[in-house]
Parts: sequence; structure tokens; C-alpha cells
Amino acid sequence: MNVLWLIMICVSIVFAIFTGNLEAFTKSIFDGAKAAVEVSLFLLGIVSVWLGITRILEDSGLIYRIAHLFKPLICRLFKNIPGDHPSITAITLNVLANLFGLGNAATPLGIKAMQELDALNGEKGAITPEMMTFIVINTASIQLIPFSVIGILAGYGHSNPAAVVFPVLIATTISAMTALLVLAAFRKVFR
Amino acid sequence: MIKQVEYISLLIIPLFILFTVLYGTFKKVRVYDSFVVGAKEGPAIILKIFPYLLTIFVAIKGFQASGAFDFVRDAFYSLFAFMGVPIEAVSMAIVKPLSGSASTALFADIVKTTGPESLATQMSAIIMGSAETTFYVLAVYLGAVGIRKTRYLVPVCLVADFIGIVVAVIVTKWFF
Repeated sequence: MNVLWLIMICVSIVFAIFTGNLEAFTKSIFDGAKAAVEVSLFLLGIVSVWLGITRILEDSGLIYRIAHLFKPLICRLFKNIPGDHPSITAITLNVLANLFGLGNAATPLGIKAMQELDALNGEKGAITPEMMTFIVINTASIQLIPFSVIGILAGYGHSNPAAVVFPVLIATTISAMTALLVLAAFRKVFR
Repeated sequence: MIKQVEYISLLIIPLFILFTVLYGTFKKVRVYDSFVVGAKEGPAIILKIFPYLLTIFVAIKGFQASGAFDFVRDAFYSLFAFMGVPIEAVSMAIVKPLSGSASTALFADIVKTTGPESLATQMSAIIMGSAETTFYVLAVYLGAVGIRKTRYLVPVCLVADFIGIVVAVIVTKWFF
């Protein structure tokens, strides 16, 4: 991340100088800051709501029951999660929310899952293989129906906007699988 | 089929909350107090995420505004042109991992300018539906637990994104 950020900043400034976009570049820094505040405020609301709901799950013990139910499925991908750990529930709920296109639930539940996975982390501040698998699954975007895309297509008079559903499903399934393969390949090389 | 899935999507959160609250009450949990205790953790997490989000957003906005983005897009365009990929789809492929709101705006613009049934629209639709805002996900999830050592995660995500775009192009060519 460090290298990537350094490259992005340096390349941007060099380009801004050569293309005469200096004013736009400086303005964009403040736009970025503003966007970060807006997104954080939005997240503050929905994350707190979901932490409230998951707290009830914890206090009632339901979180362990759901974990027990989905353990066989989740532990195939996440090898080092012990017993009926709450992280299994958080991961399951995040994946379900993603499948049904519920972004406002998926991100908070994903944060919850990261916290639970971090509770198993022996070396704080360093990423674990389970976290990597979880993030790769999330960046591969598994979604049954891309509602926002269909909405825009329909809005501009596409004759059959639902026609994108099947190709999207195929594309997203293949890319999610290749993403996990890429991760496995990197894991072999950098162990 | 679409309608049914849409209905399930609408139903899933309310039903889940109802079930959670009822099960909690059945297990003698004071659900109101429980919810408040959970929600109290929210601000601390957001405070942790905020600096990560800010750092990555500044870099992304600067990258777009400086003209570096256009250069990268043109470079990728010359790479993909022989496959018959429209330049609009190339823009989409680069914007999507960077920014969710920008990609939605771009997609609407592509549909408007090239028509709802053009190849550029179809391909962008598939990229839009099958790719994720990688940088946002990385900033939020890594920020939430303060991960500094990411090892090979970022290269994996970038390679996976690239393959995802190639897959989207092939799938579009195959279907349309």
C-alpha cells in the first residue's frame, strides 16, 4: 500500500505539472478530503446500527449458533478459524449481504468480520491469511443481481435490462474464482 | 426471477432484524440495552477508518484530476484496442476499482452518450456489475483493524482486478 500510494501521489504531481492541471490537482486534494468526511459520516451511522444488531446476536448466543451452522461451508476457505467462532457468522452475513446487493449491510458486517478475525490475530498490525481471503472475496464482488446497473439501463430505455444478469453472474463467478487462485499462487510463492 | 430476488433482497434485512430481536427476547436479553452497547463501538471504529479513507481518497482524486488517469486510460486502450474494446469500457474498467460514485456517474454517462444497447454500454454494464471498488474495500477493512503489514494482498487484488476486466471483456464478446 505504501509503494502504491507513493507512486500515485508522485505520478499525479508530475503529470499535473506537465499537463498544466496544477490548480485542478490542488483542488482535488480538498475534494478528496471532503469525500472522506462524507463517506465516514455515512459509515458512522450504518456501522453503528449493525454493531447494535450484532451485539444482540452476541448477547443472545445466536452468533455461535449461526457460526455452528455455517462452519462446514466457511471453514473450507478459512482454515484456521477455531470452533464456532463469531467470525464465521460475520463472514457468512457479509457474504449473504453481498449476494443480495445489500451494500449498506455488507460493509458494516465486513468490518465486524475483520474485527473478529483480528481477535484471532497473534501479531496485531500484520495481516493474517484469513483476512486476506476475506478481503479478496469482498473485492471480487459476488452479487446475484446487479440492481443498480439494471436500474440505470432501464432508466435510459434499454429494451431488456435484465439481459445483463446472466453474463454478470458468469463474469463475477469466474473472476472471484481466479482471484482466489491468484491469492493461492501468491501464497505459494511468498510463504 | 429478477422480481423474486429483488423481493427477497427487500425482505432479508427486516426479517433478520425481527428474528434477532425476538430470539434475543426469548433468551432474556434486554435488546434495547444490548443494541445501545453495540452501537457505542461505532464512533471508535470510524475514527480508526477515517485516516485510511482520507489518505486513499486524496490519492485517487489527485490521480484523476492531474491527467495521470487519462494517460493510464490511453495506455490501457492501446493495449485492449486490438480486442475491439471501446474506450468508454476502458475508462469504466479503471474507474470502478477506484471509486464507486464516480463509476456510477460514468456508467450513466456511457449509456446516455453511446445509447443503451451499444457495445460500450453492454461491456461497461458487465464490468460495473462484476468488479468492486477495491481501494475503498482495502481502506475500510484494513483501517478498521489497523493493519499496516499487508504483505502481498495489494498485488493480489490488482492482478485479480486486471483478470476480472479481461474476463468481463471476453464474457461480453461471447454474449453480445
